[in-house]
Amino acid sequence: MSRVIIIGAGLSGLSAAITLAKAGRRSALVSLQPSERAQSVLAEGGINAALDTMGENDSADEHFNDTMRGGVFLASEAAVRALTSHAPETVMWLSSLGVPFNMKDGKIIQRNFGGQKKKRTAFAKSSTGKMIMTSLIDEARKYEDKGLIERFAHHEFIRLIIDNGECVGAVVRDRYSGKSAGISGVVLLACGGMNGIFPEMTTGTTQNSGDAAATAFVQGVTLSNTEMLQYHPTTIGISGKRCLVTEAARGEGGRLYIMRGDERYYFMEDRFPDLKNLSPRDVVAREMFFVRREFGGEVFLDMTGLDEEVWKSKLPDLREEIKSYLSIDPKDTPVPVKEGIHYFMGGIYTDINHRTSMQGLYASGECTSLYHGANRLGGNSMLGAVYGGRAAAEDIVKNTADDGKNDEISFAIDDAGNFGEPASDELILKIRDILLDAMGIVRNESTLDNALERLDRLSAERGYNDRENARFAVARAMLMSAKERRESRGAHYREDFPERDDSFKKATVAQYKNGKVSITFKALDERGEENADKT
Amino acid sequence: MQIRLDIKRRKSAADTPYLQSVSYLFDDINETVATALTKINRGGYKDTDGRAVTAVEWECSCLQKKCGACAMVIGGVPRLACDTKLSLFQKAGFVRIEPLRKFPVVSDLTVDRSIMFKNLRDISLWLDEELSADEKSVDTAYDASRCLQCGCCLEVCPNFYAGGKFYGMAAGIPASKLLAQLDKGKRKALAKQYDKHFYSGCGKSLSCKDICPAGIETDALMVNSNALAVFKRLFK
Ligand SMILES: Cc1cc2nc3c(=O)[nH]c(=O)nc-3n(C[C@H](O)[C@H](O)[C@H](O)COP(=O)(O)OP(=O)(O)OC[C@H]3O[C@@H](n4cnc5c(N)ncnc54)[C@H](O)[C@@H]3O)c2cc1C
Ligand code: SF4
Ligand code: SF4
Ligand code: FES
Repeated sequence: MSRVIIIGAGLSGLSAAITLAKAGRRSALVSLQPSERAQSVLAEGGINAALDTMGENDSADEHFNDTMRGGVFLASEAAVRALTSHAPETVMWLSSLGVPFNMKDGKIIQRNFGGQKKKRTAFAKSSTGKMIMTSLIDEARKYEDKGLIERFAHHEFIRLIIDNGECVGAVVRDRYSGKSAGISGVVLLACGGMNGIFPEMTTGTTQNSGDAAATAFVQGVTLSNTEMLQYHPTTIGISGKRCLVTEAARGEGGRLYIMRGDERYYFMEDRFPDLKNLSPRDVVAREMFFVRREFGGEVFLDMTGLDEEVWKSKLPDLREEIKSYLSIDPKDTPVPVKEGIHYFMGGIYTDINHRTSMQGLYASGECTSLYHGANRLGGNSMLGAVYGGRAAAEDIVKNTADDGKNDEISFAIDDAGNFGEPASDELILKIRDILLDAMGIVRNESTLDNALERLDRLSAERGYNDRENARFAVARAMLMSAKERRESRGAHYREDFPERDDSFKKATVAQYKNGKVSITFKALDERGEENADKT
Repeated sequence: MQIRLDIKRRKSAADTPYLQSVSYLFDDINETVATALTKINRGGYKDTDGRAVTAVEWECSCLQKKCGACAMVIGGVPRLACDTKLSLFQKAGFVRIEPLRKFPVVSDLTVDRSIMFKNLRDISLWLDEELSADEKSVDTAYDASRCLQCGCCLEVCPNFYAGGKFYGMAAGIPASKLLAQLDKGKRKALAKQYDKHFYSGCGKSLSCKDICPAGIETDALMVNSNALAVFKRLFK
């Protein structure tokens, strides 16, 4: 093996590349666009770690408990233990790279975030992701200069190169020249969430087409918990997408209400007196669905009670954004909000060391399904992406070697071959619409069955190319997992099975073989407990 | 509402560019140029001469002015397509959409901005050692870190050209982050690069001042960096 091939240059890909480089390992960092344009720059609210800087006696144990509870016990304990116990050093590492976290008296300030009772979220005003990315990009540049990180920043992952069931490299295409290259090495997929399965309905970027994970799936890589889609309760519709109103708006005092007759009904405060407006995302989104059904009309986010100082020091970008998109000032006027798809808890199945089901292939960041169970807590995904990228890299360093071969990468192939052709826009939208009808906030067996039938009919209509077939496969995996999970848990709410049923306290696992998708359940500790507390 | 979009097109850098005009209908006053391009690329559009419009190559990612991908020249001014409302040109009845001119064209509205990233590497923009967090520099570091590497400022700069020694505001702004964060002793090497590739070449005309789509107060950051990197060195 020579260099490590990293697909994706967001938080996770960058963290992995830096960690590899520090250990003297070379990597090819492949991304459709430069890091500055990755979805990670959009993250606003912050990153979680029990730094305990707010005098609340916070601890990694409590972070662990909140994460497990938030994910409704569907994540592997060993993985979450590793994540939360390494969170403080992860955030301090970022700080040492120059991330300008908000500080007071020499300490990083932490704020409240949904699903957690203690102030545990470190932030940099309202652009935390952008700030972390800028510092990681600077750090990666140092190793680019040393030749340890080689950037391919307008390059598309086409497919894995598989030899005897083992991943031995990847085919990558230069979007500018149209030429492809086969690159050999261990592969790490850090290709982000599958937004492109739901164009215009997510808060993420158009860049994350979902093709990379879908291709890996039909090439034999196992996915899990794909039914777990996080709907963020507070998004606004803007040109071409859903735009997030950060949870920090509620963390700083924003309140949700709906009109009940002529009075404002602050339903979260009334119905969830414990965590109120800061209840976990699935709880908030579902309640918004229910109150809309009950009272009609729109739900509003009332931020008029926030004082000037909060707007200025903690949420300046948010105010500007709302003003420019909706032409209203949230300081004076409540903002109409609706749920939008915000995070994919499900994705590529990995063990706690980020190894996928295929030898030679790793995965980290939002494209995986390791840490967040049935629901991700705000501030935990950036942590999962950064920590996961580092953990994957450490495992690669430990278990593989660089043969030092200087095989130059040359983009010379005219036709990328299998999986080279893009899926048609028309089909992408058709599959999206079928999924949206069945995979919303409230689900049931008959709409899921109906969606599966519609997919079957659509797929029989004509012949499709590889990427189109991969999309069909992922769509089936989502619908079938949602169907098989006959209980309600976290983001997955079944009207016909409204209770949690712990006989389903297992991961759904999707496999693709001979053109067919199958779903099984896997016990949570099968991800491997043995290395739980590796340092 | 209806508007004519005059889009500058060419298949590849080797081809001669031409303008293709598309008459475009929209009903949301908040609709952006980015949305128009997305819809046109879904197919079914004809240009004003009755020819089918093939997919227009352009780059986008966040659609909320946070990634710099969609920078292009719209109505003669470099801007982000996702932050430019069609209604802005309603009165004129048309708008011209062209690629940024300071970079090699790949095709249609897509340009290759690799030189920007190469220039940042060239000025050694990184930390050699870890920092200890410092409250004083937080605000400057924050403002400087907001640069999108979109290239709009380079488009209007009279002194920047790709491959030249002067790297423009797109290098000056990111440099000001580390200049503010580094201790005096460690600042030297970067300060020298800053002087060579930015300070000495910048005419300070500030043509770039109001162009930045991220709203970075370029002049304020420059005053700060110039003080740290140049004047302190000269008058020491
Ligand atoms: C609006 C918004 C706000 C958020 N706020 C927060 C927050 O406050 N706190 C928090 O913890 N999390 C937040 N998140 C979530 C968090 O930002 C993401 O989960 C995280 O950044 C994902 O990082 P990543 O490295 O896995 O992927 P990404 O940053 O999405 O990067 C994916 C990379 O893969 C590349 N790629 C994709 N497909 C291909 C392909 N086919 N070929 C080549 N390259 C490819 C892309 O080019 C990109 O470089 C937010 C998300 C959004 C959308
Ligand atoms: S001030 Fe003038 S010369 Fe200097 S970067 Fe801006 S436009 Fe260019
Ligand atoms: S300084 Fe502003 S205009 Fe220039 S590259 Fe950065 S974000 Fe773009
Ligand atoms: S698409 Fe990101 S700035 Fe326009």
